[in-house]
Amino acid sequence: MIRRTSVMANVVLSLCLATAAATAYGEDKSSDEIAKYREMLQEGNPADLIDLKGEELWKTPRGPKNVSLEKCDLGLGPGVVEGAYAQLPRYFKDTDKVMDAESRLVYCMVTLQGYSPVEVTKNWFSRPGKDSDIEALVTFIGARSNGKAINVPNKHPAEATMYKQGEYIFYRRSGPQDFSCAVCHSNQGKRIRLQELGNLTTKEGAGTAMKSFPAYRVSQGAVWTMQRRLIDCMRQTDLPEPNYLSDAVIALEVYLQGNASGTVMQTPGIKR
Amino acid sequence: MKLKIVGVILLFAVVVGASRAEQPSSINKKAEQTFRSSFRPDNPKYWMGRLDQDETMALCSKYKDQPPPKVREKIQAAQMATIRYPVDGKLVGDWHEGEALASSGKGGHIGFIQPDPPGTPRGGNCYACHQLAKKEIAFGTIGPSLQQFGKTRGTSDEVAKYVYDKVYNSNAFNACTNMPRIGYNNWLTPEQITHVVAFLLDPESPVNRE
Repeated sequence: MIRRTSVMANVVLSLCLATAAATAYGEDKSSDEIAKYREMLQEGNPADLIDLKGEELWKTPRGPKNVSLEKCDLGLGPGVVEGAYAQLPRYFKDTDKVMDAESRLVYCMVTLQGYSPVEVTKNWFSRPGKDSDIEALVTFIGARSNGKAINVPNKHPAEATMYKQGEYIFYRRSGPQDFSCAVCHSNQGKRIRLQELGNLTTKEGAGTAMKSFPAYRVSQGAVWTMQRRLIDCMRQTDLPEPNYLSDAVIALEVYLQGNASGTVMQTPGIKR
Repeated sequence: MKLKIVGVILLFAVVVGASRAEQPSSINKKAEQTFRSSFRPDNPKYWMGRLDQDETMALCSKYKDQPPPKVREKIQAAQMATIRYPVDGKLVGDWHEGEALASSGKGGHIGFIQPDPPGTPRGGNCYACHQLAKKEIAFGTIGPSLQQFGKTRGTSDEVAKYVYDKVYNSNAFNACTNMPRIGYNNWLTPEQITHVVAFLLDPESPVNRE
């Protein structure tokens, strides 16, 4: 859909660059160099290939019921993908839950295609040599909101409650280093080593973070979804591992997307 | 003895009073339940213990790290009383070891995706937040620069004790600071903290020499 013609031509080159970047650019390089790489990769984000794969997975009849996901309701009506990610997480009447893009996608794969929840989430993120359908599908769903302003609804009481719960979790300190999200991400203009930290309590900081996900991470050589990002944040704060699609992660997403509201999406992004 | 008993009663009254005044709202109770029920059931119990909060963590969370003055004083007094010293009483150790500890951010990461290998020694990770030796340019800025710390502050016993105490339990001086309670949480041992003190104070340390 978006610059598809140039995508394939750039994919091979960009994958080579990305591999080089993944090995050469560790934690301690200056942000200038990272910015340079972002520029180099701008015309050929490896995530574009994953987006294409996701589109194919979306349209192909699959699963025990052998149907496609084209009737999946991501919040804007069955089959509407365009702009849906920018308005997630949101409350869904049919499940009586606030769901993010990933939990809604999994819901569709279970209800429409007939997969079991365990089966479908087994490979929720890719590892070297092992692709993830969910990662590709979320990249595709996210990319269809590129250029759209983040606009999560805050009308249903469940949505307002989830925002408050996300805020509580953001400031909740525990673990052997007394960490919370806020310790690093409520300061203005600070760094960890050379890595700049966004102030996620502000529109600017949350917007910069949220607009680019799902994002290709050069250091990981893979697309990271927001679930993957936040579950790793828990690891970095020395906590045990949350369940994939757990409410704590969704609550944090509601809080961050809410703070980011109004920011124009630029996804799939490129991150360190 | 009598004074001690009065003190204990007073402390009890303060704690009870505080806990009554600080009943979490229903939304916070719900959020706490949501949080605690969001972790994989196969996380071992000793990992899950990391979700528990002591009183300081709970108060800092409640006030979003901006406690009112009375709570601040209460936290600082309680935390000051937790500080323990190495058996030999020596507070300034070996700056070489201190430098290695300051540089390492390893250890403590758990979970099933990218945990630290078992037995990974924990680092103090000072450079994540502080500028120290001039030669290390990859320093963070969440905490103040500590370059030339010993040269500026001197190396008296008082300064050594202050640095030891601050590293051991940062919240004894600044309730709800971003800095971890490195000794109180057993992140580093008292002996390791004396090495960090030496890294900051020893005139031969690159913090002061360069």
